[in-house]
Amino acid sequence: MFNIFLDDAAALVVVLPLLISAIIAFMPSKIWPWIISLVTLVLHLVLSLHLLKEISISGLIIYEFGNWEPPWGISFKIDGVNIGLQLLFSIFVLISTFYSRKIFLSEIDSRDSGKAYSLWLLAIGSLNGIILTNDIFNLFVFLEISALASISLIALGAGQNRKALLAAFNYLIIGAIGATFYVIGVGFAYAMTGTLNMNDLVIQLAQYSDGQLAIFAGMSFMLIGLMVKAAIFPVHIWLPPAYSYAPSAVSTLLAALATKTILYFFVRLLYEVFIIYPSYLSLFLDFVLYPLSLLAIFIGTLIAIYQDDIKKLLAFSSIAQIGYITLAFSLKDHSGITSGFIHIFNHALIKGGLFMAVGYFAILYKDRVTLSSLRGFGYKYPITSFALLICGLSLIGLPLTNGFISKLYLFQALYTNQMYFSIALVAVSSALAVAYFWKIVEQMWFSEIKFKSEKEDAYIYLPIWIITVSIIFFGIYSSPIIEFSNLSADYLISGYQN
Amino acid sequence: MSNFIYFWNHFAFILLMVGGLFIIITSQNYLKKVVGLAIFQTAVFVFFVSLAKVLDGTAPILTKMENAYSNPLPHVLILTAIVVGVATSALGLALVLQIYRNYETIEEKEIQSLELKSDK
Repeated sequence: MFNIFLDDAAALVVVLPLLISAIIAFMPSKIWPWIISLVTLVLHLVLSLHLLKEISISGLIIYEFGNWEPPWGISFKIDGVNIGLQLLFSIFVLISTFYSRKIFLSEIDSRDSGKAYSLWLLAIGSLNGIILTNDIFNLFVFLEISALASISLIALGAGQNRKALLAAFNYLIIGAIGATFYVIGVGFAYAMTGTLNMNDLVIQLAQYSDGQLAIFAGMSFMLIGLMVKAAIFPVHIWLPPAYSYAPSAVSTLLAALATKTILYFFVRLLYEVFIIYPSYLSLFLDFVLYPLSLLAIFIGTLIAIYQDDIKKLLAFSSIAQIGYITLAFSLKDHSGITSGFIHIFNHALIKGGLFMAVGYFAILYKDRVTLSSLRGFGYKYPITSFALLICGLSLIGLPLTNGFISKLYLFQALYTNQMYFSIALVAVSSALAVAYFWKIVEQMWFSEIKFKSEKEDAYIYLPIWIITVSIIFFGIYSSPIIEFSNLSADYLISGYQN
Repeated sequence: MSNFIYFWNHFAFILLMVGGLFIIITSQNYLKKVVGLAIFQTAVFVFFVSLAKVLDGTAPILTKMENAYSNPLPHVLILTAIVVGVATSALGLALVLQIYRNYETIEEKEIQSLELKSDK
């Protein structure tokens, strides 16, 4: 009986959250939507683990919807590249859903609980679709579903601060322009090749091996559209207000996973499809992505130093961290791609943990968390504050945390490519990250006022500490993350050689 | 010149697309931005559908005569994209309504000056 479900695990990880989302949308209860979401996501994790087992046996699953064979029908593909991300996604959404309930209760009207969790599951299902899909038009649909669901979730922050509406509106306009650019690119690709399936696209594109202007135009449209969605430096302007005015639980989900899934698809498109035009690819990577990543790292960190609002500070540091990931991906070799994937995993954990801790402070303080409002919190709420400290040290890249592993592999990748200038810049910007994080630590532990410790909510600090422990765990025993990233790079690079 | 006539659909699409983008970027009114976005997206729909046209092609229906027929797939894709576009416009208009209820204006400049005042 249960095997019927397991056979369709690849489709169900996407369909199940979308289906349940429709069911709980109009539930008037305050607690049942949360419980149903949790049960759904536990099932989601079981299905992801089943997929991992299948992948370790066969190495590749292609799920054809309605049994239409690949070039015609829509298919999902699960292989070494995305199985690690799928597992991380599944685990993280479960933890953040567990965390979200108390935060939602205090930040939005409790009668809206059903609607909020409906949008929450919609965002989760569609983001998971981005990870699995093997069809370039299907990706557009998932991109837009996830964007619309996250925009509505961001707009829920309007009860706290009306600026959330402006942030959501800007995200809607800029995000829709990005997605439409992507569709124009898909149109060019379809006009030249007559296919939308990614594997077939590679085969069909090979007939234009000398290069065609229409294809390069289409590729550029697709890449620019995805860059807007992934918030790569000059087109990142929608991200900081959107993350900082959203309800705290929503910031956690989006900051940890939304841009990561799109970055994953971005790199998959680059190294699986566009690799058949090596000259175009190296032009794009060397003269567009590489300089923009360096600018993102530097400018993101510098702006973060001057932020007073903590959620905005973290959002700008996200811009810099996305810069580290794209810098690693722009290196065109195995070590670069590996270190990019390592940082996708580690940064999802770190930023998730930081936003969770700051979100808890926001509902304790009952206002926006600024630097001065954190005064003495280290003594007042020691359990959460200590988790925040560890996540922050990991963001800087101190040894014994997973942030160190990221930096180590990034430095190694840059060193093998003899990019000494970038090594210097990355080192300097890591030092600058100390500057903005130290401001927080100073307010929390080194102000004159001493507070007695107050009781903290176990429902909230438990998920925060699960993330924090995993940060230390993967800092000491990092081989799971490194192996998954190696696997991803192996699969992408083997496509390179064919 | 012959290229221009042969690819006139591309030029029409570019004109419409740039027009939509121009409205989004230059207008100060949030409602107009949503309308500009709708025009911008419609331009892409027109582009897709015009790609599918085969000269003298008919609808892809199986008959006894062998006819040339237009490619139906882009139409199907655009049907999906239209649904996405409608949802985007609807959400955009709902947000504009909420912005109006909270700020009592939907002009970007007035909202910015309101926000500057509230920050002080």
